[in-house]
Amino acid sequence: MTQPLLDLSGVTKAYPGVVANDDVSLRIAPGEVHALLGENGAGKSTLVKMIYGLVKPDAGQMQMRGEAFAPANPHAARQAGVGMVFQHFSLFDALSVAENIALGMENPPKMRALSQQIRDVSDTYGLPLSPDRTVGDLSAGERQRVEIIRCLLQEPKLLIMDEPTSVLTPQEVEILFKTLRKLSAEGTAILYISHKLEEIRSLCDSATILRLGKVVGHCTPRETSARDMAEMMVGSALKTPTRDSKEPGKVVLTLNNLSARSAHAFGMPLREISVEVRRGEVLGIGGVAGNGQDELLNALSGETLVSPGMLTFDGRDISLLGPTARRELGVLAAPEERLGHAAVPDMSLTENAMLTGAAREGLERSGMLDWAKARDFAEKIIKAFDVRTPGPGNAARSLSGGNLQKFVIGREVLQRPELLVVNQPTWGVDASAAAAIRQALLDLASNGTAVIVISQDLDELMEISDNFAALNEGRLSPTRPAQGLTVNEIGLMMGGAHGMEVAHV
Amino acid sequence: MDLSAINPLLFVAGFLVAATPLIFAAIGELVVEKSGVLNLGVEGMMITGAICGFATAVETGSPLLGFAAAAVGGAVLSLLFAFLTQVALANQVASGLSLTLFGLGLSALIGQSYVGIKPPRLGDIDFGLLADIPVIGPIFFTHDIILYLGIALVAGVWAVLKFTRAGLILRAVGESHDAAHALGYKVKHIRTTAILFGGACAGLGGAYISLIRVPQWTEGMTAGIGWIALALVVFASWKPWRALLGAYLFGGITQLQLNLQGAGVAIPVEYLAMSPYIITIIVLVVLSADKSAAPASLGRTFHASN
Amino acid sequence: MIRLEKRPQPSRALSLSTPIMAVLATFFFGGLLFVVLGKDPVEALQTIFWQPIFGEYAFYYRPQLLIKGAPLVLIAIGLSLGFKAGIWNIGAEGQYIMGAIFGAAVGLAFYPAEGWYIFPLMVIAGALGGWAWAMIPAFLKVRFGTNEILVSLMLVYVAEQFLASMSLGLLKNPEGFGFPGSRNLQHYAPAHNAELLAGSGMHWGVIAALIAVIFAYVLLAKHRLGFAIRVTGEAPRAARFSGVNPARLVLFCLGTSGLLAGLAGMFEVSGPSGQITIDFNVGYGFTAIIVAFLGRLHPIGILLAGGLMALTYIGGDIAQSNLGLPAAAIQVFQGMLLFFLLALDVFTHYRLRFGAAEAA
Repeated sequence: MTQPLLDLSGVTKAYPGVVANDDVSLRIAPGEVHALLGENGAGKSTLVKMIYGLVKPDAGQMQMRGEAFAPANPHAARQAGVGMVFQHFSLFDALSVAENIALGMENPPKMRALSQQIRDVSDTYGLPLSPDRTVGDLSAGERQRVEIIRCLLQEPKLLIMDEPTSVLTPQEVEILFKTLRKLSAEGTAILYISHKLEEIRSLCDSATILRLGKVVGHCTPRETSARDMAEMMVGSALKTPTRDSKEPGKVVLTLNNLSARSAHAFGMPLREISVEVRRGEVLGIGGVAGNGQDELLNALSGETLVSPGMLTFDGRDISLLGPTARRELGVLAAPEERLGHAAVPDMSLTENAMLTGAAREGLERSGMLDWAKARDFAEKIIKAFDVRTPGPGNAARSLSGGNLQKFVIGREVLQRPELLVVNQPTWGVDASAAAAIRQALLDLASNGTAVIVISQDLDELMEISDNFAALNEGRLSPTRPAQGLTVNEIGLMMGGAHGMEVAHV
Repeated sequence: MDLSAINPLLFVAGFLVAATPLIFAAIGELVVEKSGVLNLGVEGMMITGAICGFATAVETGSPLLGFAAAAVGGAVLSLLFAFLTQVALANQVASGLSLTLFGLGLSALIGQSYVGIKPPRLGDIDFGLLADIPVIGPIFFTHDIILYLGIALVAGVWAVLKFTRAGLILRAVGESHDAAHALGYKVKHIRTTAILFGGACAGLGGAYISLIRVPQWTEGMTAGIGWIALALVVFASWKPWRALLGAYLFGGITQLQLNLQGAGVAIPVEYLAMSPYIITIIVLVVLSADKSAAPASLGRTFHASN
Repeated sequence: MIRLEKRPQPSRALSLSTPIMAVLATFFFGGLLFVVLGKDPVEALQTIFWQPIFGEYAFYYRPQLLIKGAPLVLIAIGLSLGFKAGIWNIGAEGQYIMGAIFGAAVGLAFYPAEGWYIFPLMVIAGALGGWAWAMIPAFLKVRFGTNEILVSLMLVYVAEQFLASMSLGLLKNPEGFGFPGSRNLQHYAPAHNAELLAGSGMHWGVIAALIAVIFAYVLLAKHRLGFAIRVTGEAPRAARFSGVNPARLVLFCLGTSGLLAGLAGMFEVSGPSGQITIDFNVGYGFTAIIVAFLGRLHPIGILLAGGLMALTYIGGDIAQSNLGLPAAAIQVFQGMLLFFLLALDVFTHYRLRFGAAEAA
């Protein structure tokens, strides 16, 4: 075997209460596309942060081309030839593409020369991008291109990609894969982090599977079935949600040319959305992040009020009702961001139960709050949804992502909604919690509640939706029955490949 | 009332002087806010600078040494703020207020024995013939070096923010500290440096009041100029040249109301004296509609979690 | 290498003990300050903190504690509601002045009439004056998104000028031989906020402060509005999601704090101070900010912190006359206290870890 490019052996990193990486070993050859596979919380992010110099291992060795490799910070890692494309948090909205790229380079050339280089690289790798645009105005796919080009300009030996396809349409994924294959053919190794098995099977040469911080297996994805990889990743056979087939009920919610401005400077306004939702129906709304998902949830929950006539619930115009009044009618919601939006991080679960439960659960009488009752309600949620926590007195922040999400969804489900709107119900949640949440949503629908699931996880939407529509640039595509939709059709509903002409192929 | 008592040349030259403390304080705070930190302690740092500069100038007889000491004094006080917000992760609003309260007390304490003293005078730069040009000469070429330094500072800050990598990094940190951290920039170091710069600038501005504009020491003599400087940064949409413009505008208003007081206008003195504050409020209202220019991380605490 | 690590949840024990630790740290560094000033630190601290309560002349100083503490507590309670919600009224000093002017003006307007209704009307006018002054930043924030910190502060300077104008003009005592300042309300019984028990220091302002403490306690612990305040401060988006109307909250918090500050000013001008003068205000509005934080924005804590701050005022006066300790030293001392409190507060939410350095 040739000398590996990167060789990790026995790498261990512990945080208080949790061992994020336990004796992890990993080898990547030049030009190899290596998958790092694992559930949320398996330790993938910690591992790549160590390679990129953001975190230091407690024990173990890292070698780069046979030499000891211990980057003190990302600058050192970049100098050693490591580039990283982040899932979140590494672009500056108010700065231009060229400025963003300059910030990620060790010795950037003058702005004019840099702009030219950006154009060159984007031509070579089929990633069109204008250097002068403000990043905040770009689509998620275009933002990712900024990050990729930023890495490519450094001519990395190893490119780390953290869940790169979660923000892309299927068409954009194809383009990305072409770029990655080209890079690999040129000798750049790629460490590809994902939990999407089909992608890994089509792209990667080899895979390392992590579970609870430990390496549980290596495999060659092309020769391993997705099911086998999934079981290695999760550690047990997965339960798929079950549902009863039923006739759809009468229309409860009508959106009539709903338009709304975004509260955020770089947000997406909603544009003339019209759709109907029936009792017992699960409407799945797909789309790439940043195409109006947050804004749609806010408009439905009552955080953003819309013009009269745009929202009708059960024959009543609710456009101008605030969140509390809508809850009283049975319109409930669970936003995407758990900490800070759906729940208050530093407050106890009891207080967080009060947050949305006050009106429907009778936790409040003429302004005075009944904390004993709120505590009972919180305990009920914890019990019904198997939320792992010492008790309702614990702060929301102390729960793991999956447990807090179960609490947040459970809080709304137990209030017997007439209509429930959820955004990214299983984002960042481990597989068993995700399955439980999906099952709860399906059970709710079979009892006659109308459910709107906004999600960027297409597999999830296909699994639980009756009907499907996609958000793109703040507009909603026409609704189609979920059954029988092809990936290509879904991709086109999501807007094809943003900013590229190939969408019309 | 006798408006003819107002000499237009002296008036313009006077408002350049009145604007200078504001220029220093505002440009310093602008840099701090560009890095994503809101330091409400400007008033406290200014008054500390005012007394440090005054005391040093009196003791050494050198006004320039006084200004140097003022910059150091302001920076040292701002270090407390940097410690509170960057190390102890305290709320920036509360920390800024504590800095102002502390600075006001500290300056009063140091300044007890300097009340009623005249400081050594800083001479005007000799521009030779330039000063003899009618109108332009008396307005623009009869000032001390610090006044010109203030204008140069605005130009320098503008150039650094716009053209240099250091400026780009500073703006990036203010825009998103998480992203900057992920790229390996030392958010806390960069912010602490910006805070120190802001402190030094505020100190210089304070000393300009006690050494040149007034010139003497009285307790609480900054009288809200530090707060007006904070408002100016908003007014300027975080753009250096607009901060300069704003400072001249307020300097003009201050000078005008003083001149009107002197001219014995029929408006009671108290109402003239409150006018700069009221105008600040009005300007804030008019400009607060557009917040898009504000650094996105302004006022948020950064803690690197892994 | 030492680093900070976020606790899974805030520590209750530390939340209660940091104010005490801050007081101790302030004693220590304040003592050092007194040494630098050439005073015996033990004697100075003893003079400031012991003598007013237990010293030879304590019978005289103890009532002062109530007189100085009441406005501080009254104002700080109001401020704490806003601070908890992230709404920063730092112009309480101005609202205090306006409350005093409005209250005194109503009282003086009736002079020399007699009537039980005069004092209640003054109370209402004082509350209204402070409330109205605070509604300016509140309204501007709600309507135009203007920063309430700067506006409320600018209005302090405006109020000070207005105070000067009133004591030299409209409210000037016509029998005052041309000296600035209004008639002394202490000599006009229907408008006098007299001691309820002679020599106790107990006046209506003290009662109002105690009521405010209880009111705030119930509000924060049991009422929807108090919960809305706490949620808004912790997570504004979650507050909006739960149904809080941010604009109404701004109006309520600023309005209430203005009202209480106005009341404090009114009780002061009609009682301990007696008249409107140019230097009527002595910074209670700013010191109350320290009181609010030192009391951890909790009503009971504020009550205790108000007492402590009142003590520094009284003890400071004694130290000034007995030891020649400058008044400004007390101001520094108070500032230090807030500084240490903020610095130590980090341990409520974070703990120290000793170990390998992370790349920062």
